[in-house]
Amino acid sequence: MKAMVATRKGLFELIHIGGKWKLDQISFLGEPLSMCLHDKRDGAVYAALNLGHFGVKLHRRDEGRDDWTEIAVPAYPEHAKTEDDVEWKLKAIWSMETGGGDEPGVLWAGTLPGGLFRSADRGNSWELVRSLWDKEERKEWMGGGYDTPGIHSICVNPRNPQHILLGISCGGAWKTEDGGKYWKLCASGMHAAYMPPDLADKQNIQDPHLITRSKFASHVLWCQHHNGIWRSEDDAASWQQLHLPEGIPDFGFAVAAHPRNPDVAWFVPAVADQKRVPLHGAMSVTRTRDGGKTFESLRNGLPQQDCYDLVYRHGLAVSENGKNLLMASTTGNLWASENEGDDWYQISANLPPIYAVKFY
Amino acid sequence: MARLIFTQQLSRFTEVPEVEALADNLRDALEAAFQVNPALRGYILDEQGDLRFHVVVFIDGKRVMQRSGLRDPLSSNSQVYVLQALSGG
Repeated sequence: MKAMVATRKGLFELIHIGGKWKLDQISFLGEPLSMCLHDKRDGAVYAALNLGHFGVKLHRRDEGRDDWTEIAVPAYPEHAKTEDDVEWKLKAIWSMETGGGDEPGVLWAGTLPGGLFRSADRGNSWELVRSLWDKEERKEWMGGGYDTPGIHSICVNPRNPQHILLGISCGGAWKTEDGGKYWKLCASGMHAAYMPPDLADKQNIQDPHLITRSKFASHVLWCQHHNGIWRSEDDAASWQQLHLPEGIPDFGFAVAAHPRNPDVAWFVPAVADQKRVPLHGAMSVTRTRDGGKTFESLRNGLPQQDCYDLVYRHGLAVSENGKNLLMASTTGNLWASENEGDDWYQISANLPPIYAVKFY
Repeated sequence: MARLIFTQQLSRFTEVPEVEALADNLRDALEAAFQVNPALRGYILDEQGDLRFHVVVFIDGKRVMQRSGLRDPLSSNSQVYVLQALSGG
C-alpha cells in the first residue's frame, strides 16, 4: 500500500511497511502542488503544479519510471473579452479523476475558474467540456474558497462511467448521464445559510465543500457542505441534511466514504465558517456507521489541546479495504489510522501545508 | 537586434535561451524566443496570450505595464528582461 501527499512545497510519497506509514520519495520539492492522481488502469501518477509565477503545469510519471514528463495543461479556448465576469484562464487544477475501467486514457480535471476538462490520451491533450461551460447558469456561480468558482469534486460512477456528478463551489452539484453531453443541476435539498432567505434553497449557488460517492452503492453520495452535512440515496436526485449531536460541529471541508459500506463515512469538523479551527483546540474525526442517523467523535491518538489544524477538502482519504485512513492538515500534520478511525498516530508534524492525500 | 534575457529561475522547469531577435516589438521578440523553446510560451504567457500575472518584463529599464497586446516598441539594441514578479511569492 502506498499513498501520496500534495503539499504547498512538493509531492511526498508514503509507503506502508511493518504496519506503519513512512515518508518515501519526494518530487517537485519547493514547488506548490494543487492535486495528484494515481491511475490504477495503467499505473501512471499525475502531479498538478500551480507555480506562483509561471502558471499551472501538469506532469506524469509512468509506471516503473522515476522521472516525470511535463504534459499538456487544460487550457481555456481563445476568447475575446466579453461580459463574462470570469476570465477564461486556468487558475488551478482543483480535482482530477480517472475515467472508467473501459475508458483507458480518459481523465477528468476540475479547475478554477469552473471549467471541466476531459482528456482522452492520458493528459497529452485536454478539451474544455463546453456543454457545461456554455450553460447560462454558470454565470451565476460564485467564488467559494477562492475568488473564482471551481470544480473540486468529480464523482465518476464505477458502474457506469458515463454517469458523473460534479461538486462546485459555489455552483451546486451537476450530473451528466451521457459522458458529459447534457448536464442537470442536482442539488435539491441543499440549503445555503450564507444567502438571503429567498435564495437559500437555490440549487445553483450551493457550496458543497466536497462530494464523494460510495463505490459499492454508487447511488449513495455524501456531501460536506459549507453549512452542514448532506447525504443522497438516489444519485443526487435529492439530498437530505443530516443532524449532528450537540458538541460535534457540522462545518468542515473533507468527507471520505467507506468503499464497501454505504452507511459509513468520516468527516473532519471545525468550529464554524468564521472560526476554522478544531473545537476547543482538540482534533477529532466524525464518523457515522448508520447512514447518518448517529455520529461519534474519534479522538484517540489525535492532539487534544492547543491544536489549530484545518483539514482541507481533499485532505482525508480512505483505503480500498476501508480500514486505513490518512488525514492531513494545512499546518503540515499527517495522521494515519489502521482501524477505521478508532485510533490514530502521527506520521509527520513538519510537512508543508497539505492540500490533498491519495492512496494508491 | 533586441536581446531577451529570461530569469534563470525558469531553468528549473525548461530550457532558458538567451535570444537575439530581429523584432520591433515585445510580442515578436517573445515569439522568436518561443521558436527556440516552444515550452517557454506557457511559462510566460497564459492561454489568452497575455503576460502571466506574476511575470514582469522590463524593456531598457522600464517596466511593461500592459499585460495584453505586448506591442511595446523595441529598438535595435533593446535589452528585454523577463523576470518573476516578487508578488508571486
